[in-house]
Amino acid sequence: MLHYILKRLGSMAVTLLVIITLTFFLMHSIPGSPFNEERATSEAVQKNLESFYHLDEPLYVQYFIYLKSVATFDFGPSIKKSSQTVNEMLGRGFPVSFELGMITLIVAIFSGILLGIIAALRHNGLIDYLAMTVAVVGISVPNFVMATLLIQQLAVTWGILPVATWTSPKHMILPTLALATGPMAIIARLTRSSMLEVMTQDYIRTAKAKGLSPVKIVFKHALKNALLPVVTILGSLAASILTGTFVIEKIFAIPGMGKYFVESINQRDYPVIMGTTIFYSTVLIMMLFLVDLAYGILDPRIKLHKKEGK
Amino acid sequence: MEKVLEVKDLHVSFKTYGGEVKAVRGVTFDLHKGETLAIVGESGCGKSVTSQSIMRLIPEPPGRFDGGSIVFKEKDLTKLKDSEMRKIRGSDISMIFQDPMTALNPTLTIGDQLTEGILQHMNLSKEQAKKVAVQMLDLVGIPSPQVRLKQYPHQFSGGMRQRIVIAMALVCQPEVLIADEPTTALDVTIQAQILELFRDIQKKTGVSIILITHDLGVVAQVADRIAVMYAGKIVETGTRREVFYNPQHPYTKGLLNSVPRLDVDGAELIPIAGTPPDLFSPPVGCPFTARCPYAMEVCDKVYPSATKLSDSHGVDCWLQDERAQKLLANR
Repeated sequence: MLHYILKRLGSMAVTLLVIITLTFFLMHSIPGSPFNEERATSEAVQKNLESFYHLDEPLYVQYFIYLKSVATFDFGPSIKKSSQTVNEMLGRGFPVSFELGMITLIVAIFSGILLGIIAALRHNGLIDYLAMTVAVVGISVPNFVMATLLIQQLAVTWGILPVATWTSPKHMILPTLALATGPMAIIARLTRSSMLEVMTQDYIRTAKAKGLSPVKIVFKHALKNALLPVVTILGSLAASILTGTFVIEKIFAIPGMGKYFVESINQRDYPVIMGTTIFYSTVLIMMLFLVDLAYGILDPRIKLHKKEGK
Repeated sequence: MEKVLEVKDLHVSFKTYGGEVKAVRGVTFDLHKGETLAIVGESGCGKSVTSQSIMRLIPEPPGRFDGGSIVFKEKDLTKLKDSEMRKIRGSDISMIFQDPMTALNPTLTIGDQLTEGILQHMNLSKEQAKKVAVQMLDLVGIPSPQVRLKQYPHQFSGGMRQRIVIAMALVCQPEVLIADEPTTALDVTIQAQILELFRDIQKKTGVSIILITHDLGVVAQVADRIAVMYAGKIVETGTRREVFYNPQHPYTKGLLNSVPRLDVDGAELIPIAGTPPDLFSPPVGCPFTARCPYAMEVCDKVYPSATKLSDSHGVDCWLQDERAQKLLANR
C-alpha cells in the first residue's frame, strides 16, 4: 500500500511538472504584457519593472527561475496587486472555495446516492419517475442558469434566502444548490441504474435466502457493489465542480479563488496565473488519487499494493 | 417415515408481456426426514420455480401463487408474512444455488458472509459465530479455515466456492436443504467431490435434501427418491430403484434412453422427439401427448389421474388405466 502511495505521489509530481511547463509557455505566448496599460509609463520605469520580475531575461531562464521558487512553495508576488504575494491571495481565497466545493460535493454525493437508491427500490413507480425527471432537469440545466433561476425565485420573488455573498450558513444554501444539482443528478442516475443491476445479481438472492432483512440486503450487500461505478466518476465530477466554482463564485460574489484566476488571465498577471493553475491542478490530482484509494477499499478485487513475491 | 415438508397442489404463474406463463401446475410431493429427493426434468419444466416457491424467493410480481400449500412444521409457508418467512429462510430451510461464481458477494469476506446468517438467526456473539463458521468450513473440507475467513470470494476456486456456499446454507443447521443444480457449473471431478460432500453431510447432520437437477448421473449417485417433472407437473415419483429400473411414464423412459450407458454394448442414444408444450396455454390433457410414442385419443383430452404402483411409486399416465392395459394385451 505504502509502495503504491509513494509511486502515485511520484507520478503526481511529474504530472504537475508537465502542467507547470505547459501553462508557463502557453501563458507567455499570449500577446500583451502585464505592463500594457492605457496610461503610458516611461521607458526607464518599464525597464526597471521588467528586470524586477525577470521579464527581460530569455524565456527559458525565466522558466528555471520560476521552477526554483515553486520548489520552495513561493509563488512570487502579484504584478498587478503589487502589495500582495500569490501565496497570500491563495491563502485568502482557497478556504472559501474549498468550503463551497466540499459542501457541494458532499451534498451532491449524499443526496444523489439516496435519490438513486430510492428510485431503484421503487423501480417504475411514481417516486422513480419523479426522481428521474428531476435528474434529467438537473443534468440538462447548466449551473449558471440554475443559479439565476434560484436567485430569481427564492431570493428575489420570495425573499427567503439572501441573494449573494458568503457570510453565514444561510448564504451558502443557494450557491451550493446551484452548483450541486448537476453532479447530484448524474450520481442519482448512475446509482439507480447500477443499483437495479446489482439487485438482480445471484448474491442478492443468496442474501435473501439467508433470511436477511431488506434493509441489510440493500445497505450491506447491494450498495457497496452499486457504488463502484459511482466512485469511478467522482474524479471527473470533482473537476466539474471545481470549474463550476469560477462561475458560481462570480454570480454570487463569493470571495474565492475563482476571481483571482479569471482576473489574472485578463491582466496577464503571470505569477497569479501560474499560482492559481498549479493550485487547482494539485487539488484535482489529489481528488483523483483519493478516488483511486477509495476504489481499492470498496472492491477487494482491485489490489493497490504490489503483489507478494514479485 | 416422518414427513418434514409437504407440498400440495402447488400452482405458480408469471405475468409476462406475452401473457401468463403457468410454470408450476399442481405439484404435490412429500419430503421425509433425512432423505434426498431429486426433482428431475428438462429446462423450463418448473423445477427451479418449485424450489424457489418453497423459499418464497419468487419475485412477486411478476410471479404469483395461484393455489396449493407448502406445509412445514404445521405452518403453511404460502400464508406467512414476509417477516415470519425471513425467520425460516436460512435457518430452517436453506438453499444452494447453481453458480458458485456469482452466488457470493464479491465485496464481502467469506467470514462476513458466513457469520451474518448465524448472527441473524441464532443468539450468538460475534466471537461464537466465528467459531461456528470455522467449524462449518472445516466440515465442508476447506483447509486452514481461520485464514480463509478473512479472504474474499475471488481468492477461491469454483469448487471451493461451492463448498463455501454449502457451508453458508448449513450454518444454522437447517432441516431442509434445497440444492438447485448444485453441480451444473462445476467440472466433473469437482462434481463428484461435491456429491460426496452432500452424502457425508447428510450422514452427519441428518438434513433432508431436495436436489434439483437435469443430470440423471447425479441423481443415480445421491437420490433416495426421484420425482420426474414435465411441463409444470410431477409425472412420476418413486424410489431410485423404481424409477431407474422400472420406469412407467413414457417421458421417464425417454429420459433414461437419452442417457449414455456403459453397461450395454452399442446401446443407442434415443432423443425424445419434439419440444415441451408452450406454458402460456398448457394443454388440457397430458402435456407429453404430442411427443409420446404411446399416445392415445384420451391423452389429449383429459389429464390422467395418479396411479399408485407401490407405496412409493406413482405415475400419471393413461397407460396405467385398466382399459389401456387390456388394449395393449390384445394387440
